Amino acid sequence: MPQLTRKEVDEIAMLARLHLEPDEAIRMQDELGKILDHFLALATVETDGVPAMTHAVPMDLRLRKDEPASSLPASEAVRAAPAREGDLFVVPAIIGGGDK
Amino acid sequence: MSGPTEWLSVTDTAQKISTGEVSAARVVENYLARITNVDRELNAYLTVTSDEARKAAAEIDRKRTANQPIGPLGGVPISLKDNLVTKGIATTAGSKILEGWVPPYDGAVVERLRAAGAIVLGKVNCDEFAMGSSTERSAYKKTKNPWDTSRVPGGSSGGSAASVAAGLCAASLGTDTGGSIRQPAAFCGVVGVKPTYGRVSRWGVVAFASSLDQVGPLTRTVRDSALVLEAIAGFDPRDSTSLDAPVPRYVDALTGDVKGLRVGIPHEYFDANIDDEIRAAIDKAKAALVERGAILVEISLPNTAHALPAYYIVAPAEASSNLARYDGIRFGKAAAGAKNLLDLYQRSRGSGFGPEVKRRIMLGTYALRSGYYDAYYKKAQQIRTLIKRDFDKAFHHVDVVLTPTTPTAAFRFNSKATPLDMYLADIFTLSCNLAGLPGLSVPCGLTVDGLPVGVQLMGKPLDEATLLRTAEVIESAVGLGNRRPGGRP
Repeated sequence: MPQLTRKEVDEIAMLARLHLEPDEAIRMQDELGKILDHFLALATVETDGVPAMTHAVPMDLRLRKDEPASSLPASEAVRAAPAREGDLFVVPAIIGGGDK
Repeated sequence: MSGPTEWLSVTDTAQKISTGEVSAARVVENYLARITNVDRELNAYLTVTSDEARKAAAEIDRKRTANQPIGPLGGVPISLKDNLVTKGIATTAGSKILEGWVPPYDGAVVERLRAAGAIVLGKVNCDEFAMGSSTERSAYKKTKNPWDTSRVPGGSSGGSAASVAAGLCAASLGTDTGGSIRQPAAFCGVVGVKPTYGRVSRWGVVAFASSLDQVGPLTRTVRDSALVLEAIAGFDPRDSTSLDAPVPRYVDALTGDVKGLRVGIPHEYFDANIDDEIRAAIDKAKAALVERGAILVEISLPNTAHALPAYYIVAPAEASSNLARYDGIRFGKAAAGAKNLLDLYQRSRGSGFGPEVKRRIMLGTYALRSGYYDAYYKKAQQIRTLIKRDFDKAFHHVDVVLTPTTPTAAFRFNSKATPLDMYLADIFTLSCNLAGLPGLSVPCGLTVDGLPVGVQLMGKPLDEATLLRTAEVIESAVGLGNRRPGGRP
């Protein structure tokens, strides 16, 4: 049974960049374990040599012509940012803490 | 023309406006008044764009008076699921993390609707990021089923289905990743179409699961769905999975002729646990087709049982990747007082997403993490191929596949105790998305409690026309006719 340990829940939450409150993490451990149990049946399906599906209608991935085209102006693109300076996004320190 | 216009079909609304029998301004005012009166109780709309709709209506009326073309949907008021990006109109996808976001552009389907003359009446409620089957997972409000307000409208396009069923718009656009158009359409007694994957552009749709998502119409009649689908379908170079195939005139397919049509009845669906009343209504739909000369053919889709687990690996896996963009930096909500960048990500996402979205992000992250990819995501994508092969084989013998849309009619609020219970509500609609096929739900009767029942039709890739033709025959024989929710005026 792929029951999840609390350590695994914390690791996955870290990978997903999700802060979980302690009670949320306990609930998630239980719920995800039950859902993953339900998926166990898939392991018994024979899929050797079966290609993974990508599209209902066979098609090649298109490339557009390498030509410049207009796009959203930077001022519009950053307008909805929670914190910005001019046309730039403002983020907290990437290493350490405190400063921008 | 005097009197109400809110129950007119898309076809009649467009026709009456184009001939000047009624003004677009009058049609819009009637809908706005009805929304004010009725939506207080139903909660279908998140945003009503009254001013914009009035301006658009005035422009349509001006063009008509000047004998300029007003488009095939000229003056037809439409609601949009709130995961469709709209320039200058708040777009939340039902999530707190996008509260207050006003997009700087229109999605492709919104552009096309506007180009066809349609008028945007507002944005309607949905489960957060379209993840749910009841619209109970919206972070904003609980939309009620117009036929019984103690019950859910279905989901995730619950606001779309409820707004169409209650006469709060002429038509709506929803999105369908695992049944999110067809299931609420069935619960609310309207027609809902999920086009072939790639038929309609996904550019400007808030992404959930990119290999499954499609936009489609919800309407009161099959003919209306044909008209709206024709307006939004077609190639779009901005969506790399868009199909470069001509768009037929779907209305021309509505000939009423199903003589010799071969209708596949997959026993795996009918062996499942289905409410007796649903089964009886589906039997009437089958009988109506036979009456008109169609031939029922027993078929098997042996991998049907694997659809639910495969879907709940593929969709969360893709969602966990798509939703990585909500980081508290570029748009949406940011948590206050973050110590550093990682803390900002974790706290913004932890406080901005609701429980179902977090659950699916966790599930998807689990399935995609190093060492697990082959066992989960790749395996599920291979199972999709098996499911698609089942359909390919069936379509050698039949033209359409007919099943119930849902195992039950609309359920009551808070009646699904666990996430898995809720996931099972989509058991009949998931395969269609996994295989990328077109599917629709059309009403085929009411239960003794007065709840609508929907029958699902699935077809060959890009053969929406045959689905619509078949659905119209069912509609004319066993559809809801002029029956409206709750005896509403």
